[in-house]
Amino acid sequence: MATTVISPDTDVVTEYAGGTLAREQVSLWRDGLRRLRRNKLAVIAMVFLVLLALETVVSLFWTPYDPNLVGACPTYAFPSAQHLMGCDDLGRDELSRVMVGTQVSLAVGLATAFVVLVVGVLVGLIAGYLRGWIDALISLIINIFYGVPPILPAIALYVLLGRSVQNIIIAISATAWMDMARLVRGQALSIREREYVEAARSSGSKTRKILFTHVFPNALGPIIVQATFSIPIAILTAAFLTFLGFGVPPPQADWGGIASEGLQSLQAGFDPYILLFPSIAISLTLLAFNFFGDGLRDAFDPRQKR
Amino acid sequence: MSDPVLDVKHLSTSFFTDDGEVKAVRDVSLQLYPGETLGIVGESGCGKSVTAMSVLGLVQRPGRVVAGEILFKGRDLLKVPSDELRQVRGRDIAMIFQDPLSSMNPVLRVGFQIDEAMYAHDKIPKEQVHSRDVELLKQVRVPDAVNRLRDYPHQFSGGMRQRAMIAMGLSNKPQILIADEPTTALDVTVQAQILELLRDLNQQLGTSIILITHNLGVVAGLCTRVIVMYAGEIVEEGPVEQIFEHPQHPYTWSLLRSLPRIDANRKDRLRSIEGLPPDLIDPPPGCEFSPRCPFRIERCFSEDPDLAEVAPRQHAACWVTMDRAYAEMNAGSITDTRPGAASGVRPPKDLEPSAAETAETAMQSEPEPVGADEQA
Repeated sequence: MATTVISPDTDVVTEYAGGTLAREQVSLWRDGLRRLRRNKLAVIAMVFLVLLALETVVSLFWTPYDPNLVGACPTYAFPSAQHLMGCDDLGRDELSRVMVGTQVSLAVGLATAFVVLVVGVLVGLIAGYLRGWIDALISLIINIFYGVPPILPAIALYVLLGRSVQNIIIAISATAWMDMARLVRGQALSIREREYVEAARSSGSKTRKILFTHVFPNALGPIIVQATFSIPIAILTAAFLTFLGFGVPPPQADWGGIASEGLQSLQAGFDPYILLFPSIAISLTLLAFNFFGDGLRDAFDPRQKR
Repeated sequence: MSDPVLDVKHLSTSFFTDDGEVKAVRDVSLQLYPGETLGIVGESGCGKSVTAMSVLGLVQRPGRVVAGEILFKGRDLLKVPSDELRQVRGRDIAMIFQDPLSSMNPVLRVGFQIDEAMYAHDKIPKEQVHSRDVELLKQVRVPDAVNRLRDYPHQFSGGMRQRAMIAMGLSNKPQILIADEPTTALDVTVQAQILELLRDLNQQLGTSIILITHNLGVVAGLCTRVIVMYAGEIVEEGPVEQIFEHPQHPYTWSLLRSLPRIDANRKDRLRSIEGLPPDLIDPPPGCEFSPRCPFRIERCFSEDPDLAEVAPRQHAACWVTMDRAYAEMNAGSITDTRPGAASGVRPPKDLEPSAAETAETAMQSEPEPVGADEQA
């Protein structure tokens, strides 16, 4: 077991009359943050994500040019001091469009992750802990959809509901919760057999209480990782939908949409930068979320205490 | 003697597996009296823990209590609705488990977990819970209780964790504490401390204790009465001194004999009981111990003996009993304890497979013909 470092911000070490040295008290969160800070990749990813969030907030109020202003600059202008990322086929400022595109990506990613977290965890806990017919039913549904590429139901639902950012979130969440439910179900299946769950049942705890104080916290590590990974997956799916032409309605800027336009200009023989910049934005964001998710798992899983 | 707090009548619990019905507990009856410490001993898999789990209604699928009554305060726990049974667990009957590390949730503070046991029931007023957990930890002799409550289980040593588990068990002042091998995972000095703690708590609080163990030493140190189980059945029951000094069932006798002795010659082999416990899907027709019993007679293969009084307050389920084995089969001086060795009785023809098995084990030890010890 780790001998804990005595840092100034923790409780004072006290001598106790019996001779035992009372150890400092470190909360789970403080302890986890300390370990997260030691993970360089995760810190870099975190910094990147914070900057990205700031940039999104800024883009709500200010962009270098109006992202939808046609003719802000010459069409297909090469990146320059005035237009850092150049201009697209309609002469719109690329940088402004990429900045605004972050809004859609982050909104879709976070909202989907939220739905996945709530629905997936709840359904998974119930299926894994209660077992029986309810588990059979949930597993059946999940298994049916497992054989279908998630993009298909998303497109189908999206076409049915109509084009809007909100509907993208619904369309992606409709299948994205299943991965989480599957994972949580597996965790619950193994945790329900642990002795402390047995002990809780033998002390008369209610099922709801057991689910949320014993099963859920012990599955938290994998749940956090899965939730963090569901953000980039949702962003990618959203971008892919727009890329295919099913996404956010134009002229709203979105990374997938910009990339799609960029591909057209590339095919038309123009420079690749219009495709390049949104692609870089997507890739960096996905990488950052993945590294951050890994870092979180390493830091906040109490069973990996060092 | 007053009325028992817990009266288990003809309890049978089975597990319905793909291979068939495993009759883990068969027709077990036991009484626990107020303030009593009752030991249940037996080998692994003999049904000790399943009996305890059945009492609390914690037997999980594919297991099920198939028959019997569990009377607690005049109510049959097998018939009360599940929510009422949940209220009984922890409040009236508490249980502590073998491995104190895995019995505690690793991600929750010890104090939180003790509180939880109290919040689950309304016996302790909510505003007293926090002061009570300090008191409880002090009661189970955890030093520096106030600070220790904020620790996580991994910051506790094995003995401390078991103390915390006992504190949790006692938090609602239950009438019965079921301790399922509470000292097995602990080292010997800590074992002694925990047992001493249990004894003190039993005397101070008057809590009745059921102690489940395979360790006869633990029983001798703590219990007033002991039940010996074999293959899902009670084979002997009585006051602890009587059982230890005059065991009447050959299984109890063999168990006691197989205790390692510190004064034994180093070259002597440790004594064990030949053979293995029977298959509980298809138990032998007569006495379950007959395939391994040195003192068996023909009757043992066909008829299953019931518990019968063999001495005041002592019951054994045996057609022979050790009194007769000592008198007629030289039990006091035999060295060969292979099945049927003392009585010279071989299993009847239709039980040959088990006979072949015993022959095999016999081959590995001294090549002495079965029945050589039969007295003249």
